[in-house]
Amino acid sequence: MLLIHCPYCNETLPELEFTYAGQAHVVRPEQPSGQSDEQWEEFLFIRANVRGPHYERWRHFHGCGRFFNAVRDTVSDKFLTTYEADAPRPDLSSLTERQK
Amino acid sequence: MSQYRVSGRGRVDTSRPVTFTFDGKRFTGAQGDTVASALLANGVHLMGRSFKYHRPRGAVAAGSEEPNALIGTRRGPGRFEPNTRATVQEIWNGLETNSQNKYPSLKFDVGAVNDAAYMLFSAGFYYKTFMWPKNFWHKVYEPFIRAAAGLGVSPTEEDPDHYASRYLHCDVLIVGAGPTGIAAARAAAVDGLKVVLVDENAEAGGTLLSEPQAQIDGRPAWDWLAAELEALKAAGVKIMTRTTAIGYYHQNMIGMVEKLTDHLPELPEDTPRERMWRVRAKQVVLAQGALEKPLVFHGNDRPGVMLAGSAQTYLNRYGVLVGKRPVIVTSHDSAWFAAFDLQDAGAQVQAIVDLREGVHEALLSEARARGITVKLSHTATATSGRLRVSSLRVNPVSGGSVGAGEEIRCDAVLMSGGWTPSLHLFSHTKGSLAWDDDRTTFLPKDTPEDCLIAGASRGLWGVEAVLKDGAEKGREVAELLGKTPAQVAYSVAGDRTGTGISMKELPTDRSPGKAKAFVDYQNDVTAKDLRLAVREGMRSIEHVKRYTTNGMATDQGKMSNINGLNIAADALGKKQPQVGLTTFRPPYTPTSFGAFAGYHRGDHFEVTRKTQIDAWAEENGAVFEPVSQWRRAWYFPKAGEDMDAAVARECAATRKSVGIFDASTLGKIEVVGPDAVEFMNRMYTNPWTKLGVGKCRYGLLLGDDGYIRDDGVIGRLGQDKFHVTTTTGGAARVMNMMEDYLQTEWPDLNVWLTSTTEQWSTVALNGPNAAKLLAPLVEGVELTEETFPHMSCVECTVAGMPARLFRVSFTGEIGFEVNVPAPMGRQLWETLWEAGQQYGITAYGTETMHVLRAEKGYIIVGQDTDGTVTPYDAGMGWAVGKKKPDFVGMRGLARPDLRAKNRKQLVGLLTEDQSKLEEGAQIVFDPKQPVPMTMVGHVTSSYDTGTTGRPIALALVEGGHEKLGETVYIPMPDRTIAAKITSTIFVDPENARLKI
Amino acid sequence: MTRFNAFNLLKNALSGHKNWTEQWPDSQPKAEYDVIIVGAGGHGLGAAYYLATQHGITNIAVIDKGWLGGGNTGRNTTIIRSNYLYDESARLFDHAVDLWENLSQELNYNVMYSRRGCLMLAHNVHDVQSFKRHIHANRLNGVDNRWLTPEECKEYCPPVNISPNARYPVMGGALQERAGTARHDAVAWGYARGAAMRGVDIIQNCPVTAIRRNADGSVAGVETGKGFIKAKKVAVSAAGHTSVVMDTAGVRLPLESYPLQALVSEPVKPIFPCVVMSNAVHAYCSQSDKGELVIGSGTDQYTSYSQRGGLPLIEHTVAAISEVFPIFNRMRMLRKWGGIVDVTPDRSAIISKTPVSGLYVNCGWGTGGFKATPGAAHTFAWTIAKDEPHPINAPFTMERFRTGRLIDEAAAAAVAH
Repeated sequence: MLLIHCPYCNETLPELEFTYAGQAHVVRPEQPSGQSDEQWEEFLFIRANVRGPHYERWRHFHGCGRFFNAVRDTVSDKFLTTYEADAPRPDLSSLTERQK
Repeated sequence: MSQYRVSGRGRVDTSRPVTFTFDGKRFTGAQGDTVASALLANGVHLMGRSFKYHRPRGAVAAGSEEPNALIGTRRGPGRFEPNTRATVQEIWNGLETNSQNKYPSLKFDVGAVNDAAYMLFSAGFYYKTFMWPKNFWHKVYEPFIRAAAGLGVSPTEEDPDHYASRYLHCDVLIVGAGPTGIAAARAAAVDGLKVVLVDENAEAGGTLLSEPQAQIDGRPAWDWLAAELEALKAAGVKIMTRTTAIGYYHQNMIGMVEKLTDHLPELPEDTPRERMWRVRAKQVVLAQGALEKPLVFHGNDRPGVMLAGSAQTYLNRYGVLVGKRPVIVTSHDSAWFAAFDLQDAGAQVQAIVDLREGVHEALLSEARARGITVKLSHTATATSGRLRVSSLRVNPVSGGSVGAGEEIRCDAVLMSGGWTPSLHLFSHTKGSLAWDDDRTTFLPKDTPEDCLIAGASRGLWGVEAVLKDGAEKGREVAELLGKTPAQVAYSVAGDRTGTGISMKELPTDRSPGKAKAFVDYQNDVTAKDLRLAVREGMRSIEHVKRYTTNGMATDQGKMSNINGLNIAADALGKKQPQVGLTTFRPPYTPTSFGAFAGYHRGDHFEVTRKTQIDAWAEENGAVFEPVSQWRRAWYFPKAGEDMDAAVARECAATRKSVGIFDASTLGKIEVVGPDAVEFMNRMYTNPWTKLGVGKCRYGLLLGDDGYIRDDGVIGRLGQDKFHVTTTTGGAARVMNMMEDYLQTEWPDLNVWLTSTTEQWSTVALNGPNAAKLLAPLVEGVELTEETFPHMSCVECTVAGMPARLFRVSFTGEIGFEVNVPAPMGRQLWETLWEAGQQYGITAYGTETMHVLRAEKGYIIVGQDTDGTVTPYDAGMGWAVGKKKPDFVGMRGLARPDLRAKNRKQLVGLLTEDQSKLEEGAQIVFDPKQPVPMTMVGHVTSSYDTGTTGRPIALALVEGGHEKLGETVYIPMPDRTIAAKITSTIFVDPENARLKI
Repeated sequence: MTRFNAFNLLKNALSGHKNWTEQWPDSQPKAEYDVIIVGAGGHGLGAAYYLATQHGITNIAVIDKGWLGGGNTGRNTTIIRSNYLYDESARLFDHAVDLWENLSQELNYNVMYSRRGCLMLAHNVHDVQSFKRHIHANRLNGVDNRWLTPEECKEYCPPVNISPNARYPVMGGALQERAGTARHDAVAWGYARGAAMRGVDIIQNCPVTAIRRNADGSVAGVETGKGFIKAKKVAVSAAGHTSVVMDTAGVRLPLESYPLQALVSEPVKPIFPCVVMSNAVHAYCSQSDKGELVIGSGTDQYTSYSQRGGLPLIEHTVAAISEVFPIFNRMRMLRKWGGIVDVTPDRSAIISKTPVSGLYVNCGWGTGGFKATPGAAHTFAWTIAKDEPHPINAPFTMERFRTGRLIDEAAAAAVAH
């Protein structure tokens, strides 16, 4: 069971309190109707599925209820960071540097 | 005292005899014995039969790694478990045990014919035969193989015991309470650090329990141990025995199972049998010690052949001599000490046979002093004896060639092939291992977890060395946790250090193809099986393991992995690490299902959500159905009624007068805020801007893929306030979806969402008399067609309770849904029930609700739709706002396949022969086509209805909306039913009945 | 290579088993192949086998980063069934079952396909409706599947608890008698031996690090731990790692990889005659020929390549088993392990050509890939050989995620594969 830091509650808590919510920074277009079928497929279904640091979303479901973002290494399952939903995408190199 | 009990030895209490049975025969042991030590004390070595060849077997070890001595254990009805390790199970008065995998008896087992035909049953033999004739596999061969395999028998009764689970948070968890773990705990237990020391054995002490000769800090080992444990307790260390760390999970979560009752003669009231501890430790020290390896030679499995260290344990811990005339065969110094201990306890050691050319002079002189014959550069090539070893054949080895053998008469063979560090939990962390050539074993390297490994489990040997290492690691974790650790030093006298070499199968003068030299005892895997696997192209240890089943027995390779690896590597001509080590998998030792299930059994398997009215329904004879986590009243049968009769009566009464229904399980979400209407516009297909306050609208929710996800009536209680209802099963999903869009896509919207499902009890009244019944109880609104028309809502008072009143209908009758604060639900229900008596009010359940709504053509999401249905498919294009720039699912609906012609569309069906269709039945246009048929849809809902006087059905049919009046066919196993496509509305298409 | 039969087994037994030969050689890569298959699981090895036997293509390498059969082929709970709802799925899986029935004879390798039946338990009205829909659809598709009452379920599988007082009482079940299990390792080994016998190179411990493309965009070959290997066609069948490999060719897929756990009990004498699946309670159980209860768990909620599942999921899985089969509560878990499964948005597979000429993909099997092995391999080989879909795998394209023509068994029935 993972331990996850909720950036809103500022607490590190067991995974049972959280629900995974898929890849992060997949932005729903402002005007979906203007999207081509290919673009809409990309938005709905195409995912990075990276082996390594993965930008992803979690929800502190049994806590504050907020969605937030995280970078987690999908090989070790270790979280490199978690951050608020509207925060910019953190730079990977600085994160891995900090890990060391 | 039993024949093999040694007075003055061991930690068992011989003054407290304990009787138990083995295969129906009574035996007496001492308090503190295991089944194995008690049987050995009585001279019984034969305890089981092996898996494949049904060879007679005795205990080969003294701990949880035992592969042979597996027994059934029973404590009266329901309390039986197979495959219990006799070496771990403590005895108590009245314990019943039995041997396994034998017929008709342990001493004479007909299954042993397999042993005679062992040449046929080589590794992987079943992949090569049993293929002809084809259907014989399932009918003849497989049943035969299945019956022969399988060790013990399954329990057949429900388990009367209960199980518990707890969380435990600590600073330091130390796994293994041997000298390493104790020293680590002592060093780490400083400055308020919460330290937990855990051991699978009945008492703490580890190897010290088998090594009373050592003197630590000037005191005998057992005195030191007792004092040290007291000191640890005084320092606040939580010491847990009979507790096995079974698995190491992410971020230092360790699962531990504590056995609470299996050793007790009387079951205490209300005590769980086992408790699962989910431990979250800031730091972990693994001090699991090392496991002794057997030697691999012909006949190394005969009862009486045992690990030397285990014999030492039986003697020193249990006061049992495993034989009076043992012979020792070893490649490691440690077995020499076993020989000395047994000799000193009165046994006559027949010889010490060592594979090595030379050993330390000190050992030789100690052997000489005791008059023990020593045979260096000798190998063991065979044993004899039917159900117990009676001799060992040893041969000199010189320059790689094996000389003539001699028989040594004996009643036990004590062997040691050296020691393997216990790396199981370390391996669970995905820790990497490094091969150590000197020790011929894997040692721990890196781990991603906050975890240190200490003592014998990282290859150290001797009490002093491991005490020192334990203390060091204890200090290290204390420092990592920001504390200044205690400085502890240990001095040890009488320490037994030593070295050895690691062997593949022993050199022999026997034809290797004929040797039965066992590597994995339980699974009957021999050295030649491993070599055969390599010969057949299995080059990785993972393949060798799977092809031969080496290491897959219930000891999970604790005995066999390294010996197997040595032999496979030799056969491949490679170094061991190039062949690889199979992964250790949790649990460390086999763990009862009950411990994992914990409290989640029976009624507590999953929470049962009940409404406030549930108890009334139960008192009034309701039959319930599970709907997601809820239990809902399904129908209310009167005496003598079956489901059909009850539902027919409930339907008729509701259509005729008034029915009452508990709708509390409907999901409810409060959408509030200045942007609430914009939010609703974006989430739901429908337009909301023009919906007046006090009005309701049926809302349809799609996913962004364009398919229907949920529906429900939504009331506008204020300019900025919507009362949203969802399906029972969809409530949490819809709430999550709304939060997702609100928080992450539209954070600019000023809206607040609250799940209010549990806040409200909801009672639905439906029927021509519903308004008459309700009106006198309502304050704040008049229930007339003009003042409170269909699809209205209001906050008011009902029967004196604050209420949200909705005029909605899921039946086609005049309908109201009264929401009151949840705890008032039953009071409201009973008030309405009383008030309704004059109208013959009838309680109805979900089945009647389903029938009534189907008659009216109202859909149920999840029944009439299935996650592949669009609003247009469902005939609800009217619910899609055409002028909105966007809503969730709008773009999805525009995808090519969702706009395609001939999609499956929801229609009504009326059978020509007036028979009732089966829900799920498939529909075809051409009934005469051969199988596989082209199916064009299926029946989603089907009911016998009194109102229409005939069965009706809803169905999804390809292009159905264009086919009204056409005939389709439903091929059933016995006949084909013709049905006409109709509108989905079977009752009151003009909505006249909705009017007051 | 020695033919496997009772006579040769006896003959070899008498000569001390010294004369058995390698089932497949330890091949080193050549400079160029007609077809390179990435991933030596049952699907990849099977595709090589069928390319060699049905399409006359033998200049093939099957390359794996580890040992053959070491991925999901060797980690699954070996359930085989074909009682799927949609025509597309039923055809694919039933094609597989047809092949399963003769696979031991075809491969001359006993894969122990055991037709012991798969019973899917219904625990609520919705299950009943859904299973009956399956049964009717299966019947008209010629796939066996029939309804059992709770009492008949109990008769078919005595450990099932049919007490009406259970938290989720059994309301009946759907039984496919042609369903069953097989010995997973033997499937990989049998295909490997059959392919190797026909000249296919099986290259183990050789990670494929990238797919290279020619200037015209078509596939050129693969970069591996043992250097570049040229290929006319490359077919990827790498289960949970497919995304990573395909990404190097610039093909992005609708896949996510999740950890899936499974476990076995200690072995006991025969007690459990068939396969039972209980989707509502999340319990999946059969008994292996060795006597172990083989139990499937669910996927963890997050994507991962760690092969390290969580404890809560296992607790829930075992609780589900004890709920449906209460007599097993005192049985013991022997070992638990994890695999990585690649899941598509509609939980159905992709067996397809790709936008890159000469590059093919077979992926997205989620938790259900083992049962499809022969069918998927057989039709995938066709697609590779002919550069066009086989009629059976034609619906399983990548394009369906654009058009919306999904094959969504789970959405249709809330049934896990």
